[in-house]
Amino acid sequence: MYLGEISGLKVGQATRDAFGEALKELGDKYPEIVTVDGDVGNSTRTEVFAKAHPERGFNVGIAESNMVSVAGGLASTGHIPVVASFAAFLLCNAYDQIRMSIAFPSMNVKMVGTHAGISIGEDGPSQMGIEDVSLACSLPGVVVMVTADAVSTKKATAAMIEYEGPVYLRLGRPNVAEIYSEDDTFEIGKANTIREGDDVTIIANGLMVAGAVDAATKLAEEGISARVIDMHTVKPIDVDAIQKATRETSAIVVAEEHLAHGGLGSAVAMVVSQATPVPMAYVNVGDCFAESGDPQGLLDKYGLTAAAIIEAVKKVK
Amino acid sequence: MAAQANALSIEELKDKGKVLRRLIIRMTTEAGSGHPSSSLSAVEVVNALWFGGFMKYDSQNPTWEARDRFILSKGHAVPVLYAAMAEAGYFSTDDVMTLRKLGSPFEGHPNMKRLPGIEASTGSLGQGLSLGIGQALGARLNKNGSNVFVVIGDGEMGEGQVWEALATAEKYKLGNLTAIIDQNTYQQTGATKDVLDLGSFEEKISAFGWHTQTIDGNCQKAVVEALEVASKVTDRPKAIISKTKKGFGILPVLEETGDLNYHGKPLSPELAEKALAFIA
Repeated sequence: MYLGEISGLKVGQATRDAFGEALKELGDKYPEIVTVDGDVGNSTRTEVFAKAHPERGFNVGIAESNMVSVAGGLASTGHIPVVASFAAFLLCNAYDQIRMSIAFPSMNVKMVGTHAGISIGEDGPSQMGIEDVSLACSLPGVVVMVTADAVSTKKATAAMIEYEGPVYLRLGRPNVAEIYSEDDTFEIGKANTIREGDDVTIIANGLMVAGAVDAATKLAEEGISARVIDMHTVKPIDVDAIQKATRETSAIVVAEEHLAHGGLGSAVAMVVSQATPVPMAYVNVGDCFAESGDPQGLLDKYGLTAAAIIEAVKKVK
Repeated sequence: MAAQANALSIEELKDKGKVLRRLIIRMTTEAGSGHPSSSLSAVEVVNALWFGGFMKYDSQNPTWEARDRFILSKGHAVPVLYAAMAEAGYFSTDDVMTLRKLGSPFEGHPNMKRLPGIEASTGSLGQGLSLGIGQALGARLNKNGSNVFVVIGDGEMGEGQVWEALATAEKYKLGNLTAIIDQNTYQQTGATKDVLDLGSFEEKISAFGWHTQTIDGNCQKAVVEALEVASKVTDRPKAIISKTKKGFGILPVLEETGDLNYHGKPLSPELAEKALAFIA
C-alpha cells in the first residue's frame, strides 16, 4: 500500500522527474540558468536541462566540494546555477563549501538534493539523505523547501529560480501520490492547507503529506477532524499557519521523512512553544540510520505510515 | 579605470611594494592581530597583478561586468589585498586601519558582502580555485573577456578540493584562469615540507595539463615576466608556482624574534617601528 492510496490519490511522477522537466522549460525563459553536476545528472534529472542546453550544463565529475564552489563562482558572474546531487552527498560531503561559497556570501545558487529520505530503498543508508533538512536549516539566509508531489515541485522549481538568493530544494526518488492540481497556488514560505479540520492538525512535507491525508481520511471515519498542512517551506516557516493551528485545533502532529532532530518537527516546535503551546507528537525516522530494502517496506518498518500518524494523533488528541 | 593603461615599471612597482608592505604592517599592528607574514610573502604577486597592467578593474565601479577578478584563496593574507585595493582607490588607506575592528568591513578574512571589490569570501582554505573556475566559466558564457586570478597558499594545497579544481579547470581548458601558488614554505605549525610534503607543485600541476612556471616570487621582475608569459597562453589554465619567503621584506626584523614563520600574529608596536624603518 502506497502513501495516499487510502484516500484514493493517484500515483504521479517522482518529484525529481517533475523538477527535471520544469528546469528544462525554465531554461528557455531564463538564459542565466546553468547546471553544475557531480556526475549524477541522470539521477537528479538535471540531465534533461543539460541536454536541451548543452553549453549551460557543467558536469565537473565526482567532486562535490569543487562542484558547489564552482556554482558559487558562476553565481557571482550573474548566472543562476542549479547545483544538484543526492541530498546526502550535496549537504554532507560539501557542507563547508555550501557554507562558505554559497550561504555566507548569499550567492544566488539553487541547491537541489534528490534521493532524500529512506524511500530511495535498495541502495541503502549511505545514499539516504536523512539529515539534509537539518543541515540546510542551519545555514543563515538559506530557504529550505521539501515538496510533496510533481505539481508542487514544478511550481517550487519556478519559484526558486524567480527568488533571489540561496535555496535548498529537497526531492525524492520514488513516484509519489498526486496532492495538487495545476490550479493550486505555490508560494515560498506559505504553507498550503490540504484538508480542513478542527480537532487536530497534521503538519507534514514531502511524501508524508500523502500519509497525512490518508491519516485524516481514516480519522474522519472515527469522528476525528484532522487538518492537514503541507509545510513545503521549512525555512522561513509559515508562522501564521502554525499559530492558527494552535488556536483552532487542540494538538499538532508533525510528519516527515527525516531524522527527529533539526527537521520540520524542530522548526514547528519552536513556533508552537512561543505561540499557544499545544500537545505535539512526531512521526519521523527517529535517531538512526535505516537499511537496504524495498521503499514501501522501509517506510513501513521505520514508521513512516498513515497508521503511525494516526497513533501519534491519538496520543496527543 | 583599466589598470593596463597605467602599468607601472619594475622600479615603480618596487616602490609600490614598499607602500603595500608598510600598510600591511601598520594595519595588523593597529589591529593587534592578523597574519602579516603570510601577507608579506605575496606582495610582489599582488602588486604586479594590480599595478603591473595585468588586471582590468575600475575602483570607482567595482561591479563593472568586464572586470578581471582577483580571488585570495589564502584569505588570512587579506591585509595585502586591502593594501593593494586602498592604493588602487577603492577606499582610503585610513579606512584599512579599521582592520578587524567591530563594525569595519575590513574583516579578518575577505567578506565580499561587506566590501565592494572583494570577489570571493574566503577563509576556509581550498575553495578559491573552484570559485575561480565558476567565475571563469561565467566569463566565458558572458563573452566579456574577463580573466580570473587566484592566489593559493602552499599549505592550502593540502586541501583535496584544490586537486578536484585543477582537474576541472583543465577539462574546460580555462585559458582565462591563472592560479598563483604562494609557496612561502611555512604553514601554521611549521615548515610545509614537514607538515605535508606535496613534492614538486610544477610536476604535479603540469601533469594535470596546466601551463606551469616556477619563479622567485619575491623578485618583482620575475613575477612580471611570468605574468606576461601566462597572459599569452589562452588555450589552457595557467599556474605560477611563486617561491617566496614568509615575511619577505622584513626578514632581518623577524629573525631577531627567532621565529621565521611568525604565523598569525602581528608585530608589536616596537617591532613594527623597526620593520617600517627597515623597509624605508
